[in-house]
Amino acid sequence: MKLYQRTIRDLHQMLVDREISSVELTDAVLSQIDAVGDTTKAYLLVTRELALRQAQAADERLRANRDVRPLTGIPIALKDVLCVRDVVSTAGSKILRGFTPPYSATVVERLEGEGAVFLGKTNCDEFAMGSSNENSGYWPVRNPWSLDRVPGGSSGGSAAAVASGEAIAALGSDTGGSIRQPAALTGIVGLKPTYGRVSRYGLIAFASSLDQIGPMTRDVVDGALLLQAIAGHDPSDSTSSLRPVPDYLATLTDGVKGMRLGVPKEYFVAGMEPAVEQSIRDAIRLLEQQGASIEEVSLPHSDVALPAYYIIAPAEASSNLARYDGTRYGFQAGGGRNLIEEYMLTRQQGFGAEVKRRIMLGTYALSSGYYDAYYLQAQKVRTLIIEDFKQAFKKVDALLGATSPTAAFELGAKTQDPVAMYLNDIITIPANLGNVCGISVPCGLVDGLPIGLQVIAPGFGEAAALRVAYAFEAATQFHKARSPLMGAAA
Amino acid sequence: MSAIATRYEVVVGLEVHAQILTQSKMFCGCSTDYLTAPPNANTCPVCLGLPGSLPVINRRAVEATIRTALALNCEIPEFSKFDRKNYFYPDLPKGYQISQYDLPLSRNGHLEFDLNGEARRCGITRVHLEEDTGKLLHEGAIHEAQASLVNFNRAGVPLMEIVSEPDLRSADEAREYVMRLRAILQYIGVNHGDMESGQLRCDANVSLRPAGSAGLGTKVEVKNMNSFRAIHRAIEYEVERQTQVLESGGRLAQETRGWNDARGLTVSQRSKEYAEDYRYFPEPDLPPLDVSREWVAQIRAGLPELPAARRERFMTAFSLSPYDAALLTSSKTMAEFFEETVRLGAPAKTAANWILGDFSRLLNIDRKEIDDASIKPRHLQQLISLVDSGAITGKMAKQTFEAMYRAPDPGPALEAARGSTQISGDAELDRIVDQVIAENVKSVADFRAGKEQALKFLIGQGMKISRGRANPQRLDALLREKIQ
Repeated sequence: MKLYQRTIRDLHQMLVDREISSVELTDAVLSQIDAVGDTTKAYLLVTRELALRQAQAADERLRANRDVRPLTGIPIALKDVLCVRDVVSTAGSKILRGFTPPYSATVVERLEGEGAVFLGKTNCDEFAMGSSNENSGYWPVRNPWSLDRVPGGSSGGSAAAVASGEAIAALGSDTGGSIRQPAALTGIVGLKPTYGRVSRYGLIAFASSLDQIGPMTRDVVDGALLLQAIAGHDPSDSTSSLRPVPDYLATLTDGVKGMRLGVPKEYFVAGMEPAVEQSIRDAIRLLEQQGASIEEVSLPHSDVALPAYYIIAPAEASSNLARYDGTRYGFQAGGGRNLIEEYMLTRQQGFGAEVKRRIMLGTYALSSGYYDAYYLQAQKVRTLIIEDFKQAFKKVDALLGATSPTAAFELGAKTQDPVAMYLNDIITIPANLGNVCGISVPCGLVDGLPIGLQVIAPGFGEAAALRVAYAFEAATQFHKARSPLMGAAA
Repeated sequence: MSAIATRYEVVVGLEVHAQILTQSKMFCGCSTDYLTAPPNANTCPVCLGLPGSLPVINRRAVEATIRTALALNCEIPEFSKFDRKNYFYPDLPKGYQISQYDLPLSRNGHLEFDLNGEARRCGITRVHLEEDTGKLLHEGAIHEAQASLVNFNRAGVPLMEIVSEPDLRSADEAREYVMRLRAILQYIGVNHGDMESGQLRCDANVSLRPAGSAGLGTKVEVKNMNSFRAIHRAIEYEVERQTQVLESGGRLAQETRGWNDARGLTVSQRSKEYAEDYRYFPEPDLPPLDVSREWVAQIRAGLPELPAARRERFMTAFSLSPYDAALLTSSKTMAEFFEETVRLGAPAKTAANWILGDFSRLLNIDRKEIDDASIKPRHLQQLISLVDSGAITGKMAKQTFEAMYRAPDPGPALEAARGSTQISGDAELDRIVDQVIAENVKSVADFRAGKEQALKFLIGQGMKISRGRANPQRLDALLREKIQ
């Protein structure tokens, strides 16, 4: 097996055993980026020198056996929404072209503390707004499983990098499904933690009350390892939780025997591919065979989650993106005859169509006279969705469903129809609105394209979500399937 | 007041913005020094609104706001939150200001004050907390400027907004309200009250209504008044202007007008049709505030004596007139100066006259505060005692006071006044001491019996006989010598 095909856990053992060095490993991954990077377009920026410098430092740490952590020396990709000190960070937007933050996101600092190696900034939909990565301000990303298909979004670059061997693991961000959906579409594991579990400091904001950073990995163990490294309270993020972070590995292999798992009937939506539905039903049966009790549950307000999301997220985004006015950093159009004209030119030219659409939606929803009918109403719906989950989790320990109703679609298939695009996130959005956590784990191939099983657990129940996902993974081979670009596991 | 003017009732409500004197800014650790620091020196990713930065609430600023609200008799709800006020301007780095909309830290208070001996009460709608903006510097006039510079040192400085009910009925009342409010802010140590530097800012909502009517007329918001005098003049001007419009059969426009101090008039800035829609919504980056009753009780217990209470005390303890007591307590430092002077032995009424008379006159000319002056309470007390003992005349005292005021150290001027009349000849002192001993047989006996206090009394008698011209140290020595 090539080094770039392996998992964090495997590689950690090899590093500790001196079988390999971090520099060798980093070189192997950088070579894979050289080989397939122009095909996937997963990266916006490869930080080769930084990576090699960090790899050397990791090797010293390993040699000295000084504070060796599970991620020491492991090459990781970072979604471009994460600020890294002195490294261009643009959130996939032209309006932040060349923006070099003088600070790092808290998660980036935590990974630095672990001794991880940063490969670069991965492509994404502009400001994380999209489900296909086609809204990148720079270029679309291609799915390593089928190059004429999208990798999902918005963390499509991170997903494609992990699925093509261009990274061992990656961080993504999930506002309405942006980690789980691309993970499903590229055959990897993606976990959206509960809001407040991971610090958002240094995450370029899309929708502040929904955004969460999470791991995108080859398997569930790696997901647990990466989450363990980034989770926990941060004094710089007042919305991060003070709850202690449990040891996720401790309960990972406990199995599902005796667990009660719910199947929300509303998650089998119209438009779901029959083959996807069949795979999910098979997955549920498998978990039942593993000893879980399965029962159908109802999340009655699921149908209004999508419209509520498309009020709340754009409303917050319209405010979060107001700072990009060209006066202090990033792109400035120039040529405006006065302040307002300069603002307009900069924002017209700097933002892409989808971002502008959402700024307009959000501005409208917050406007005087419309606030009650839209924003306030959407917040009430959000409360109902939170309540739905609370009721369901009185009966069951976790919920099961598909991550995405379909496998990866072709580039351009939905770009002309925003609503069709939005429907991709119909089963992932409720977890963001409901303050719960969710993980997508590979559960099959449909016409050669990967799909994902979604496990949703209560707020701060990441350990339970990981445990169910691990039980499924341990009983199946789906996660071992490798994309053609990654190459067969020889 | 003209006959026409009396047909209308003046209705004024004030919005006062007061910076809070915290060490660090509202949502980050940057210093709040924006007046002396080099431009943009006190900034960080948070107060510059860089992508991905997040605010963290400064608990001391919340505490100062609650302290202010309690001093203004407000209710403090248990639940409060921050909201975003969205608008575009280059001095606002995030494109929104973190402020408070529907659930402010406090509401429903009042401020009582006195105007020409009559008690007045103005309702306080709310006191809420927000962040200040940066400051723009234009090259030339704003509309012709080829370049504008922005300094973000002030961006994120904690700012309270204190909104009054439309309970004020004249420019006099409005000015008095702001003076009282300023005194309270100084007393509780949340703001120095400097209006010129913008530490304390005031906007006025001015309208007229037919006398006896309960409704409200069309409201005009007047901005840009940065002194008590400006507040008074601007409201007077606006009342006159609005009266003329109404009297000539015109209609008033709901608008914002700026006070031009040099020209002495208000100028229309923007009309209601162009009013901004701020799209307020709850700030998702900050959790709501739980204001525990224990916390409020703790803050309340830490409140100092407020101007109104001190004024009452000055009237009863020192028999001062309501007017003098009000003036003395209008500034915390002045009230403290007065109390210390009296504590050192000066008669209250005399001390008040000096402080409110010559001293205030000189301070006003120099635009200084009493604690900026070199004269301290002990200097004033000594001067007063020189006059009271008859050592110098009132006229001399006035000259001496001014000399003391002008000098960096008032001591020499005071000593010169004393020295100009001081008795130094031993023969004359001998005579005085003999007289004291002859006239105070009992005290002399007491002193002999070991009562030190008796000697103090005898020295006092000597000073009295000499009309303050004797050197007390010499008297002390001579008395001891002769008695023992």
